[in-house]
This record gives sequence, structure tokens and C-alpha cells, in this order.
Amino acid sequence: MYVYNDTPTSRNASANLQKLCDEHLKGQCDIEIIDIMKKPEVAYDEQIVAIPTLVKQSPLPVRRLVGDLSNKERLLVSLDIGR
Amino acid sequence: MQQVEPQEEVLGKSLTGIQGFDQITDGGLPQGRITLIVGGPGTGKTLFAMQFLVNGVRMYNEPGVFVAFEETKKKLAQNTASLGFKINELVQQKKLHVDYIYIERKEIEETGEYDLEGLFVRLGHAIDSIGAKRVVLDTLEAIFAGFSNEAILRAELRRLFRWLEEKGVTAIVTAERGPEMLTRYGLEEYVSDCVIVLDHRITEQVSTRRLRVVKYRGSTHGTNEYPYLIDENGMSILPITSIGLDYHSTTDRISSGIPRLDAMLGGKGFYRATSILVSGTAGTGKSSLALSFANETCKNGQKCLYMTFEESPDQVIRNMRSIGIDLLPWVDKGLLKMTAVRSTYYGLETHLVTIHKMVESLNPAVVIMDPITNLITVGAAADVKSMLTRLIDYLKGKSITAMFTNLTHIGSGLEATESEISSLMDTWVLLRDIEIGGERNRGLYILKSRGMSHSNQIREFLLSEKGINLLDIYVGPGGVLTGSARAAREAEDRANDVLRQDEIAALQRELERKRKVVQSQVESLQAGLEADEQEIKKKINESKLRQKVTTEESEQMAKLRKADANSAKKQTK
Repeated sequence: MYVYNDTPTSRNASANLQKLCDEHLKGQCDIEIIDIMKKPEVAYDEQIVAIPTLVKQSPLPVRRLVGDLSNKERLLVSLDIGR
Repeated sequence: MQQVEPQEEVLGKSLTGIQGFDQITDGGLPQGRITLIVGGPGTGKTLFAMQFLVNGVRMYNEPGVFVAFEETKKKLAQNTASLGFKINELVQQKKLHVDYIYIERKEIEETGEYDLEGLFVRLGHAIDSIGAKRVVLDTLEAIFAGFSNEAILRAELRRLFRWLEEKGVTAIVTAERGPEMLTRYGLEEYVSDCVIVLDHRITEQVSTRRLRVVKYRGSTHGTNEYPYLIDENGMSILPITSIGLDYHSTTDRISSGIPRLDAMLGGKGFYRATSILVSGTAGTGKSSLALSFANETCKNGQKCLYMTFEESPDQVIRNMRSIGIDLLPWVDKGLLKMTAVRSTYYGLETHLVTIHKMVESLNPAVVIMDPITNLITVGAAADVKSMLTRLIDYLKGKSITAMFTNLTHIGSGLEATESEISSLMDTWVLLRDIEIGGERNRGLYILKSRGMSHSNQIREFLLSEKGINLLDIYVGPGGVLTGSARAAREAEDRANDVLRQDEIAALQRELERKRKVVQSQVESLQAGLEADEQEIKKKINESKLRQKVTTEESEQMAKLRKADANSAKKQTK
């Protein structure tokens, strides 16, 4: 997950992501949180425009989720996570 | 006590280096502000923006950042490499930074609140890394295509523009034309300082490009449309308007290259920096006249720009050689520049931009356009007049003498157009066909020439291997005659003269003879008179003598009688 600094949105996103993993993907999650304020070059490499952006790298297909993950429905559907 | 005066915010300007644009805007784009460039596809928005950046580096030492939302690295470099921008070079020199931002809608799922901080981070990083003073976002509308939450997008746009201004960079944002608003997503609402619209129209298969400054806060600007063109050097804009009749007029004269024509023009030729129209039907020698003028200009060491719209330069040079004028030395010396373009290939405005560019780079004393016929049929009459007015004002402002040739067809309906145009011209020379006795010869006369007294007679316009010559025409009882009819008539006249002289001589001889006859008559009468005189005198003498004798005898007799009488008397007594 790509965040920026410590803004509320970024914090919410991180929190929501954690919650998601705890609730649905126990033990199957591998989270990396990258702050582009500290590492701006990553924004180039990964073509990050919106913050926060969650990039699901596996399983394929690669998906980009933009937003603080507050829309749980959408989130689950996008990540192909069954209930 | 010191009085603190309120500071007036002076709008600084950032020069674009794009030909014509800095003149229209009196200094370029507003510095440190955002300019919106709107236009349909292919109007040159990306080109304008890239030229702004490249010129910024090359001419004003200001590094720049180009953010491309729609083109790939390769495509962008390809599109602008042909323009000699050599972007990769500048990137390597760290003077230019190009960033490609991909927003693929299909990949993006929106799951809640977000902002576009990623964009800010990248932009900020790019600007700081090279100390950029100029930024281009092309086209920013792509974010609307990628993300669907318009509320967030618009808020971020506002934030972005404020952020750019705080960064102190001069930014260009490009956008597409919209159906209802100026732009598809209403970007013009966020840009308050400067809005430029590029327009590309195709009328009758000819493309015309126009630029308009819709908004420019804090600066007076014309709301006119300015034609522009795009060529291998980039974009050029024609910065002239039809305002401005404030050029100096001069009393300098320049020769037309034909001495007798100069003689017809008040004795000295054309006024410098005036406009001259040479019109005539096909084959009357308009080009020859114009090129003779060009030749004369180059002879005097001055530069001439000759634009031909119908023949190739080689053809022109060959044609002029046949009348004894060799233009090639002037071309070699760089005094004569010839360009050939099919007039129907571009619209009038595009031609004007081309002319403008060439005049700026060559700085000629004379510009000739041969012919302008097709140019004036391409546009609507009002457009044509306005364009020509601009061109003539521009040339006069540069003290350039302009000559235009125009092909006329009698009864073609072009006369109306021609009379519109002729009012813009200071001098109008007409070449006419004169057809007599199965021959067609050319006549020249000056319809008008402002500011000088000019001949109103027709002269015969002759082209021969020795060049151009103007002859007096024959004005006889049969009317105007030219060519062989004239020669024949002149011969006839001479013959008549001779005859008349013979006649006169004969009459004189007759008179002489008569005089002699009368004289001899007089003499013989006189002689007769003398003879008679003698005779009569003789008779008179005789008479007188007889009288004398008679008198004497009478006296004698009387004397004798007296004696006798006395005696007789005595007797009778």
C-alpha cells in the first residue's frame, strides 16, 4: 500500500487494510506500506497518482485499488475475497 | 514619518520564444501563473507547450518539466524530434524533465476517499530536481478520464493550481475543446489568468489555423484571431492586426527597371514602401514587368523576395533570360530569394504566416507576389480584404515596397474583387491586350498612382530579347494602333509625307511657271505699250509740228494778208 505521510486518509487506509487482513485473510497476508513522502522515486516506478493506492500483486491479476478502503463491499469484490 | 505605499502587482511575463506570440501578448505568458491552452485534436497544443519549454531552456536558461498524460516517451520524442527539439539531449543535460503519467481507468477501483497526492509528489520532485521554472501538463483532463469522483478531482485541481503558483513556476495546461463549455470538463473555471484557444478549420479543402487570446488578466490584448502555421521549425504566429496606419511615408523613389515606365510615373518611378498592383489578362507580361522590377532592385544591391504561385523558379529564370534579363547571379549572391508554392495548397492566412517568416529572416527591400489571383479567390471577399490589408500594413511598417500581380479575365466576375483590392494599392498598372488587324499587342497604362502626377497615356509594351520597352502608340484618325498595324500606318504616313512633298514641289513649280508666263505677258504688253507710246509720241510730235508749221504759215499768211488787207480796206473805204 502506498500512502503519504500521516494524513487521516492514509491512516484510515492502513487501518482498514489491517482490519481486512485480520478479518478475512488470516495468515495469508503480506502487507507492505510505503510512504511516498519518504520515498518519492517509488511514485515514478510504480506510477502512483492517487493516494492511497493499494496494489494487489498476488494472486494475479494485479489490481490497483484507490482510496482508503472504507467501501468494504467494493473492496471485497475487487480483491476476490469471498465472505 | 515614512509613508508606506501600497505595492502594485505588476504582471511579469515569461517569453515563449514562439515567433509572433510574444508580440501579440507583449511579452509572452503570465509569469508564475497558469495558462490554459484549448484546442481540438491536431491544433498544436502539445507543440506550443513543448516549444515553450525548449525555448525556455535554449533561449532563457529556464529548465522545464513536461508531464505527459497521454503520449508515450517514444511517441512524444518522435513527434517533436522532426522539429529539431532534441528532447533527449536536453533531458540528459538535466535541463528538461519529461514524466509520463499513466492513468488506466480499467485498472483502477475506487474504494473510498483519496486524493491525488501522488501527482503532487512526482511533480514536486521533478521540479525540484532540475530547478524548473516552466511546467507543462498535457493534457490534464486525462485525470477525469481515469478517476470518476468528480468532486475529489475538482478539489484537487484547485489545490494543484494553487500549489503550482506557490512553486513560482509558469505553467501551461492543455485541454480539448468541449461541446458546450470551452473545455470538456470546464477547466477554464480554474484558470483565471490566461486562456488561449487554437482553432483548426478546413474550408474548401484548405486548412486554416487561428490562435485567439480569450483571456489575459491584467494585460491589454487584442481579441483578434491570429493565423498561425506549423512547419519544420515549429509554430509561427502572424502577429499583425489591421490596426496601425502609423507607418512613415517616404518620398524616396525606386526605379521599376523600365526607364519609360519611370518616366510615366512622375519621372522618377515608384515611391518606396508603397503597394503596387499589376493586373492584366493572360500573357500580357505581368511577371516580366514584376521581375524586371526585381532585377532592378538587385542591381542596386538590395534584397528582393519573389513569391511565385504558378511557376517554378527555374522556369521563371529561363523565361526572363529570353528577354535578356539574367536573374541567376542575384540568386547566387543571395539578393534574390525565390519561393514557389501552389497557392491553392494553403489558405491565404497560412501564406501570410509564411511571408511573415521569410520577411523576418531575409529583410528584403521589395516583396513581389505573383500572382495573388488564386489567393483572393480562396477566401470570402471580406476575409481577403482584411488579410491583404494586414499584409500591406505589415510590409509598409517595415518600409518594404510590395508588388502584386493579378490575372484578370474579362467578365469573370472578379472585377468586383479586384476593385476592392485596388483600393488598398497605391499604384495600379494595367496591361491590356489591344487587338487590331488580326494581331494582339500589349498596351500598358497607369490607372492610378497616389501622390504623384502620372501619365494617362497608353504605351505599347514590347518584350524582346533586348528587354522590355515602352513605345509611344500611334494615335491617328483611325484610333489607337499598335504593333505591325502601327508600323504599317507609320510607313503609310511617311509615304504620304513624301507624296505631299512632291505635290508641294509640283505646285510650287506650277506657280513659278505661271509667274513666268504672266511675267512674259507683262513684258510683251509692256513692250507693245512702249512701241505704241513711241508711235503716239511720234504722231503727237508730228501733229505738234504740223500745228507749228500751220501756225507759222498762218502767221506768214496773215502777215502777207495784213498788207493786203490794209490795201483791201483802202479799197473798200
